[in-house]
Amino acid sequence: MRLQLVKAAEHGSVVNWPLDQPLSEWSIDGMQKVAGLHRHVVRMVEGEISYVVKEIPDLLAEREWRLLRELAEAGLPTAEVIGVVTGRDDDADGLLITRHLDFSLPYRTLLSGRGLRIPYLGERMLDALAGLLVRLHLAGFYWGDCSLSNTLFRRDANALAAYIIDVETGERHETLSVGQRRLDLQIATENVLGGLLDLQMGGLLADGIDPVETALAIEQSYERLWAELTEVDEFNADETFLVDKRLRRLHDLGFDAAELELVTTVDGSRLRLVPRVVEHGFHAQRLRALTGLEAGENQSRRLLNDISRYRAVLEQRGGRKVPESVAAARWLDERFERALAAIPPEMASKLEPAELYHQVLEHRWFLSERAGGDVGLDETVASYVADVLANAPAEQILTLDDI
Amino acid sequence: MSTLRMNKLQKRYDNGFEAVPGLDLEIHDGEFLVLVGPSGCGKSTVLRMVAGLEDITGGELMIDDVVVNGMGPQQRDIAMVFQSYALYPNMTVADNIAFAMKLRKTDKEEIKTKVAEVAELLELTPVLDRKPGQLSGGQRQRVAMGRAIVRNPKLFLMDEPLSNLDAKLRVQTRAEISKLQRRLGVTTMYVTHDQIEAMTMGDRVAVLRRGVLMQCATPADLYESPENLFVAQFIGSPSMNVVRGSVSCSAEDDIDLTVGSQTISLSGEAAGRLKGLRSYDGRDIAVGIRSEALGGDGTSSIDVTVDLVEMLGSELLVHSTIEAPAVRAIDTGVELSDQRKSSIVASLDPRNQVKVGDRLRLAVDTLRMHAFDLETGEAIGRR
Repeated sequence: MRLQLVKAAEHGSVVNWPLDQPLSEWSIDGMQKVAGLHRHVVRMVEGEISYVVKEIPDLLAEREWRLLRELAEAGLPTAEVIGVVTGRDDDADGLLITRHLDFSLPYRTLLSGRGLRIPYLGERMLDALAGLLVRLHLAGFYWGDCSLSNTLFRRDANALAAYIIDVETGERHETLSVGQRRLDLQIATENVLGGLLDLQMGGLLADGIDPVETALAIEQSYERLWAELTEVDEFNADETFLVDKRLRRLHDLGFDAAELELVTTVDGSRLRLVPRVVEHGFHAQRLRALTGLEAGENQSRRLLNDISRYRAVLEQRGGRKVPESVAAARWLDERFERALAAIPPEMASKLEPAELYHQVLEHRWFLSERAGGDVGLDETVASYVADVLANAPAEQILTLDDI
Repeated sequence: MSTLRMNKLQKRYDNGFEAVPGLDLEIHDGEFLVLVGPSGCGKSTVLRMVAGLEDITGGELMIDDVVVNGMGPQQRDIAMVFQSYALYPNMTVADNIAFAMKLRKTDKEEIKTKVAEVAELLELTPVLDRKPGQLSGGQRQRVAMGRAIVRNPKLFLMDEPLSNLDAKLRVQTRAEISKLQRRLGVTTMYVTHDQIEAMTMGDRVAVLRRGVLMQCATPADLYESPENLFVAQFIGSPSMNVVRGSVSCSAEDDIDLTVGSQTISLSGEAAGRLKGLRSYDGRDIAVGIRSEALGGDGTSSIDVTVDLVEMLGSELLVHSTIEAPAVRAIDTGVELSDQRKSSIVASLDPRNQVKVGDRLRLAVDTLRMHAFDLETGEAIGRR
């Protein structure tokens, strides 16, 4: 038997698991079944760090081990792979061990409408899925089995962020052909339809989501985003402001162009703009650089807007300009951490910190609208805790009992 | 009813690497054609070009006499079978088979008719109203197949679909696929690296090496009449024994093949089969013989010393040493070993009492001998 483990110091407890036993027979502390459709035996081991263990043939386990690491190195949203076990006795299948993606919402929970409400849920989900597929394809990754079961979602302000968690059928190439992208999209559309119909037939699909329309809309969402990120723009030589406009559109979508190519046409009268390397996480990177906070792309955009707003307040109070880095540091101390500290610890762990703060801002808007004027942060947090968070389920780790 | 034709189909990558230099191959209507070869031989590249997943850089791909080079996967009306299908637990078997047709806004009555047809073919009619949880493993697999079949494609493509299954399930599923394809009569291209899979499933088998077609024939013809050394050694397990020998032709029609210090005489029908050897008189060639053609009936014989005996139950594999260097097909051509001796394998009756160290006289079935050119690897035959 062979165990390959990353960050052994951090994940040393894995060594003590009964790795030579069939996964279905494990009875260690924190063992849970994992909800959802699975072709293989899958279990969660809950603890200070929680893990998901999947039992699959050695060949597949090695392959997923390699692919998940490649995806992570490429900065793509996926579960963190921790270890792989192969060569177990009696030709038993291997084990793939990943770190549980905290605050992730399986689609069955999400689409049943449980937990805190997400407006336009169906649209958010398909945008997240289409966005994930575009990012994978840009990186030359063909999925081959995009489905709701193979994806986890996380709240990202009023949107959702999607994470790929199952790459058994995945392939990595330099670039993908049009045919590969189209087939991947076709598979995604069919699988999403199947997943939604299955929920609907089980009486578990939230109102307002039409399975066929949602599945069909994935292709449109994908093509729109793909075009926005890869199409070549052509404009007159005296219209270079359009470069800025294109960049801003990319930023609005959460992307940045790490490389752009501007080519003059033969007669010099026109320019062609070719985005060469497009990376996701424009706002998340800015937030991290300013504050050290890790957050989803939409959460980051929201928090950056709040930093801008607070900077304006500081400048008005002080009567002088305040550098962005100074404003960010003060915002972190006087707004963000102050708000989170006011939430009782047993409730603070229900959601990710950035998501909590976003929801506090949303609640503040709601209270201010109702009051017809600005409501202070302290009052907002108290109201949010009492009226919203107290009744919300904990989402750090969702077990079968929660679904 | 569909045919697939590849005319000088080529795949050259931007870096200049030619995965498929120019393939001519046809799949007849209703045929199950297997593409087989070692890893990296280009078989998956060919399948991907047919599927529309790889751009074709040269030549033509035709489905029913229509050039489809520029068409996407969906327009080619091809079904890639055995992608990882999930069965949805809240949906009935009928719904699991047909749900994707809702995307194409297919009429309800048409869906019902198609599902009934497919269920009949897959012997799923009695369970159409059941949920997947109530089905056996075999039934669940057939439901997954049904999803591909109900689309009524012109062509099925399967890319190593059994590679992730355990040995027992692989054998079972192999049989299911073959049976199903025969019933459906849908033209099918199946890719595998496993020559046993290829031989048991294909109506014809196309053997590829470095993107080049080495031979396309029925399994029996590939096995009995390989056209070159590569096919001879790739097909068959254990691999064909091939060693260097020299040719000596008498004034009559007899041909002597000298292997080491021993001579195998071919006369009559055996000599007629390898008539082409007459143009190799006095020269060295590669002499091939399969394990089951040694040790049974034969007009000639060779003497060997037994090194290893493997009891497989249905046969006894006897490994022994012969005083002649081995010959094998390699990527770039033919390789002659620099060792004076080599190992050969004979397949004997399991009741044989032979043991390690024994001196054995193995009968040679001269009617089943093969000969290959030492430079080109091409089979030397009746011409």
